[in-house]
Amino acid sequence: MNSTQLIATQTLCLYYDIEISFMDALSNMGLITIEIIEQNKFIHQDQISDLEKIIRLHNELNVNLEGIDVVFNLLKKEQELRNELNALKNQLRLYEHE
Amino acid sequence: MEFIDYYKILGISKGATETEIKTAYRKLARKYHPDLNPDNKEAETKFKAINEANEVLSNPENRKKYDKYGKDWQHGEEYEKARRQQNEYTQNQSRQNDFSNEEYSDFFESMFGGGRSPHNQGYGQKFKGQDYNAELTFELKDVYTTQSQILTVNGEKIRLTIPAGVENGQVIKIKEKGGVGVNGGPAGDLFIKFNINNHTQFKRQGNDLYQNVDLDLYTSILGGVIIIDTFDGKVKLQIKPETKNESKAKMKGKGFPLYKKEGEFGDMIISYHIKIPTNLSEKEIELFRELQKISSK
Repeated sequence: MNSTQLIATQTLCLYYDIEISFMDALSNMGLITIEIIEQNKFIHQDQISDLEKIIRLHNELNVNLEGIDVVFNLLKKEQELRNELNALKNQLRLYEHE
Repeated sequence: MEFIDYYKILGISKGATETEIKTAYRKLARKYHPDLNPDNKEAETKFKAINEANEVLSNPENRKKYDKYGKDWQHGEEYEKARRQQNEYTQNQSRQNDFSNEEYSDFFESMFGGGRSPHNQGYGQKFKGQDYNAELTFELKDVYTTQSQILTVNGEKIRLTIPAGVENGQVIKIKEKGGVGVNGGPAGDLFIKFNINNHTQFKRQGNDLYQNVDLDLYTSILGGVIIIDTFDGKVKLQIKPETKNESKAKMKGKGFPLYKKEGEFGDMIISYHIKIPTNLSEKEIELFRELQKISSK
């Protein structure tokens, strides 16, 4: 993994005004993946949008971490279903107006 | 500009307590939050309205003002005076923060001057700006080749290169071309969904193109050469003798280009539809009868 794509969790905690323990809890729940390099903790930049979503759901809607895990799983399923629906719609176009 | 009934939006009575307002807001916010309703414009609009209602009703000062002047916002000197004072206050405030006012209705801005009230400015956190969603519509024949398009987002012109082979319903992300970040956070992203209309004789599935081709009876029996259309121009196709109705032939590399794989193409699948000759002449009927006799021997 390219180390330039990793961001220190400490930096993110300052940026988003969250506790280190919050990040650790997210990692323990499997909601984000923390990489440890030379005793420093990092997360990959691709996880930033998920992290922001977690912070918003937690702060704005008071959803606890278990709830966020459930929400993420359901959103993932919804996205898969939407992709499948789109593929099926495209396939259906093959047989339309025949 | 219409009067907005914030109590109605939150589904509460005019005498609702602070706790009732908070409960109603949280319940509706959980239902319509954009993170829980991706790509749902209706939910996004409702969420903005709920937020606006909460901004007003959860702040005792704003609520008092709304209850007093809300319905008569377009009448009364007192309201006008209050509005002017509010505008002056807001102009001073807006120099101190970077919040965008575009989330609020005209009614809200005329009444409260726009922007969030100081008590509700979040947690001072930096957030990525709002993601924007846009849709672009093309014809199938257009996306056979790479396209260039210029989009204007936030007054900025963005030159887009759309690689050949883009799929109907495909979404691409353009980093940091969305809304401005909150509290100095990074800009949001721009998501573009492609709608591909197909008014050609081809049907597309993935990278393969399907085409029905009419074949006259004689060519289907004796074989021959026909000319068919492709996006690449007309091509000659050899027909084998005794080709059956509804049988298929594949033309390798004559389909649709593979997305972001220059020079690679799908296949063209041809379905033969054999046309039975009609309005036969006496001579033709005689010859067919002759054939019938031969084949029945």
